Amino acid sequence: MIKNLVFQCFDAFFLLALSPLVIGIIRKTKARFLLKQGPSLLQPYYDLMKLFRKEVTLPDSASWLFKATPYVVFTFSWLAASLVPTFSTNLLFSKTADLIAIVALLGTARFFLSLAALDAGTSFGGLGSSRESLIASLAEPAMIMIIFTIALVAKSTDLSAISTFMISGQAGLRVSLWLALASLVLVAIAENGRIPVDNPATHLELTMIHEAMILEYSGKYLALLEVASQLKIVLYLSLVAAVFFPFGMSTMGSGISSFFIGLFTYIAKIGLGASMLGFFEILVAKMRLFKIPNFLGAAFMLALLATVLLFVSRSL
Amino acid sequence: MNEYLLKGLLFIFIFYISFVVLAKNNFRFIYWLSVCYSGFGLLCSLSFLLSGQSSQSISFPLGLPTTGAHFKIDALASFFLLIVNLGSFVSSFYGIGYGSHTSEQSRTLPFYIIFLGSMNMVLLAADAFSFLFFWELMSLSSWALVMSSHQHKETAEAGFIYILMASLGTFALLFALSLIAAPSKSYCFDQMGKVSMDGKLASLIFLLALLGAGSKAGLIPLHVWLPKAHPAAPSHVSALMSGVMTKVAVYGFIRIVFELLPSQEKWWSILILIIAGISTVVGVLYALMQHDIKRLLAYHTIENIGIVFIGIGLSMAFKIYGMTAASALAMTAALFHALNHSIFKNLLFLGSGAIQSATDQRDMEKLGGLILNMPHTAFTFLIGSVAISALPPLNGFVSEWLLMQSILQSPQLPSWGMKFLVPSVGAFLALSAALAASCFIKVYGITFLGRPRSMQSTVASETDRWSVLAMYALAFLCIIFGIFPRLVIHLLGPVVRAIAATHYFPLSAKSFFMPLSLVVDQNAYNGFVLVLLLGIFLFFILTSVKWLSSNQFRRTPIWDCGYPEKSPDCQYTANSFAQPIRKVFGPFLFATKEKVVCSEPWYPKAAKMIVKLHDQIWEYLYKPVAMAIDRISEKINFLQFLTVRRYLVLVFLTLVSLLGCLAFLL
Repeated sequence: MIKNLVFQCFDAFFLLALSPLVIGIIRKTKARFLLKQGPSLLQPYYDLMKLFRKEVTLPDSASWLFKATPYVVFTFSWLAASLVPTFSTNLLFSKTADLIAIVALLGTARFFLSLAALDAGTSFGGLGSSRESLIASLAEPAMIMIIFTIALVAKSTDLSAISTFMISGQAGLRVSLWLALASLVLVAIAENGRIPVDNPATHLELTMIHEAMILEYSGKYLALLEVASQLKIVLYLSLVAAVFFPFGMSTMGSGISSFFIGLFTYIAKIGLGASMLGFFEILVAKMRLFKIPNFLGAAFMLALLATVLLFVSRSL
Repeated sequence: MNEYLLKGLLFIFIFYISFVVLAKNNFRFIYWLSVCYSGFGLLCSLSFLLSGQSSQSISFPLGLPTTGAHFKIDALASFFLLIVNLGSFVSSFYGIGYGSHTSEQSRTLPFYIIFLGSMNMVLLAADAFSFLFFWELMSLSSWALVMSSHQHKETAEAGFIYILMASLGTFALLFALSLIAAPSKSYCFDQMGKVSMDGKLASLIFLLALLGAGSKAGLIPLHVWLPKAHPAAPSHVSALMSGVMTKVAVYGFIRIVFELLPSQEKWWSILILIIAGISTVVGVLYALMQHDIKRLLAYHTIENIGIVFIGIGLSMAFKIYGMTAASALAMTAALFHALNHSIFKNLLFLGSGAIQSATDQRDMEKLGGLILNMPHTAFTFLIGSVAISALPPLNGFVSEWLLMQSILQSPQLPSWGMKFLVPSVGAFLALSAALAASCFIKVYGITFLGRPRSMQSTVASETDRWSVLAMYALAFLCIIFGIFPRLVIHLLGPVVRAIAATHYFPLSAKSFFMPLSLVVDQNAYNGFVLVLLLGIFLFFILTSVKWLSSNQFRRTPIWDCGYPEKSPDCQYTANSFAQPIRKVFGPFLFATKEKVVCSEPWYPKAAKMIVKLHDQIWEYLYKPVAMAIDRISEKINFLQFLTVRRYLVLVFLTLVSLLGCLAFLL
């Protein structure tokens, strides 16, 4: 019990410490492929430290909701991220929320962030909030179909159970899983506001979405929101790793060596995922807002196809 | 003990309804009386559900000759009694304060009494006659309540459409019940369900029940009256109509289709799932396009009723194929959602009433910034918004989670059609949940946040304490049922066992802290631990941020990329918020037409944007019917202007043809 609690706490703080690095890796990869030097891998940490030390400026019209939201968003994102199995399955609180609930926890975070964007009463805030709602609404059905496919294969929506099932190799090589993976990647890109759906590097542009929502934030509040969005990227990377590439994960109760193997393979997986994301981002350009429904529609169709194929292959 | 329970309920109903004669302008007394009445009903239903006793019936020599009036309390009725009385308890409490903001109390008070009483009696009625009698009484009294602010032109139209649809519904139910009663030769519910029935006849009865209950519940395409009628009534009555009366319709449907009909056909569940799936998505999309708060909430009722019916349809499908456990799970989800919806929809309607009495506005485009002036309403409305958007850790999420879990059971269904249908219904459910979240971001963001868009909104003040108390009570329930969902599931035990022959969560009453897990150690959701963890994480981050970071802060003018607009009109509006979604879904659902009117550059005038939405269902389903009726009545209009001689001929011909029919039939 105590050991399990220690592991769970370690997991939560490890993710918190790791998440700025993931952004660093993405930026570094992008810079390197563009033949630039790029900022240091640790730059996101420095940025955060700077933000935490700065004075907060609050808009005149902001209410208590504006101040509470960074904490709410951060807490929900952090909790959701620590409930996804990373280096080990069956951590202490893994039975608290299954995959559906974890996705919904991110939904609560997004709900509050979109509200806070409307709080100051600016046009940019409303713009970001409105567009984010559109993307979230379209991504949700695709995500549910992905969950459906995975749950059909693994016969559970519990992530630890899914990982355990996938490690055991009973799933085999299924076309459905590959389709679900492709769909999950598209949904993850949209949910995290990466290129081609949203460009996190833009600022003061009419195309911005996530940046427009946090435009009025500064100081520690901005820092909390930045960490929350970094945690969200880590969450989706860990989700892909835990469901589709669960090799090397340790289980609770196995020895210390398996713990270290799990930890190192996890770091390797996340590093690889982050650099692949960075590589992908230099290949494509940002798309127009009203092309996003097509993008997410493709994600939905892939996931639907995955489910249908599963039925067909079952019956044969 | 149950006998006394039932007798007590009937006695107090007669006592309560007799106060109709006294209901004039003494609203405080009447609302207190209603609080006591529904409080008693609440206690009775709780004690019945918790005692786990068998049903109890009673009959009186009233009503139809040779039949009498039968009343019965069983698990299903008492669960819906719980919903009805919980809603009316809080709404009446709210009415104590809200009444002082409104005029012409005598237009609402007597009908309010009849409305509450008849809703209770529909649930207790155990024969076709009293069921239909109280059903119609409920419809008529709610119609009178809708018409209470008759000065508005819109109200008159709403009332007209409502009474038409309500009559159609009762008419359908009348046929359905008499068709069931015919083979068993009895109007009493106990005898009606016992006779085996021809499949085609049963299907006809099912369709009639769906028409009757569905039109009252607001399933698409029978929903047209709902978004017009619900907002027209005073807010606490809107809350009751949307949150509670629609549940009475759900009760009627379950009672007829699951109990009075001996067996169910496969295609029924398919039909329910399709209609319910469409209702969820179309209902929420309509809601997104509204900027009148109360009308928006009314459209949301269509979505939530759709969710309840998805659960009912799934439960029926699983039951037909003999998967009783899955059937019980789906029914648990449906009934749980019915209770949840009655709680948060009441809360939101009461909030909108508070806004209306504070600002005299229902149009969101003229509100804004109310979070500063109305902190209590704002806080409780936020809880309601999170709950209705199906977000954890509140109650709306739990019932949708249960529904998702029962959808995940569908691969075991042997029918291929169902195998493909149910996952797509799941996708519809997910879409509607996400759209509901967008919709309530819009409602909350435009109404309570931002800068005030009108004078009334700037000077608004918090509503009276009775109303605030009522809203806090409901918000508290949203939280409690989210954290301890087993409280509700425990109450639902006997109900689900009665309908689905088994119960999915066979745990003892002491396990309220346990997760909701379906298979052992799998698919778990634990609201209690989740909230505990959220609290710990939040505490940790609050203290460490306080300790680590600079605590200086300064109020500044808004930045807005360096181009802040002074005028609050430059904020995002409800209409502009919904624009991307309108652009994506609008063309095929509403046949949207957008037109921007700009003046010539040399003649500066405000530019205008005109958005036209067409209700396709209204245009293609109702309009042709209305036009056909118009045309027919024009054709036979000449009958009004005949001479007495010709009328006598007509009377004679009618008599002869009727006698001829009789002779032919007998």
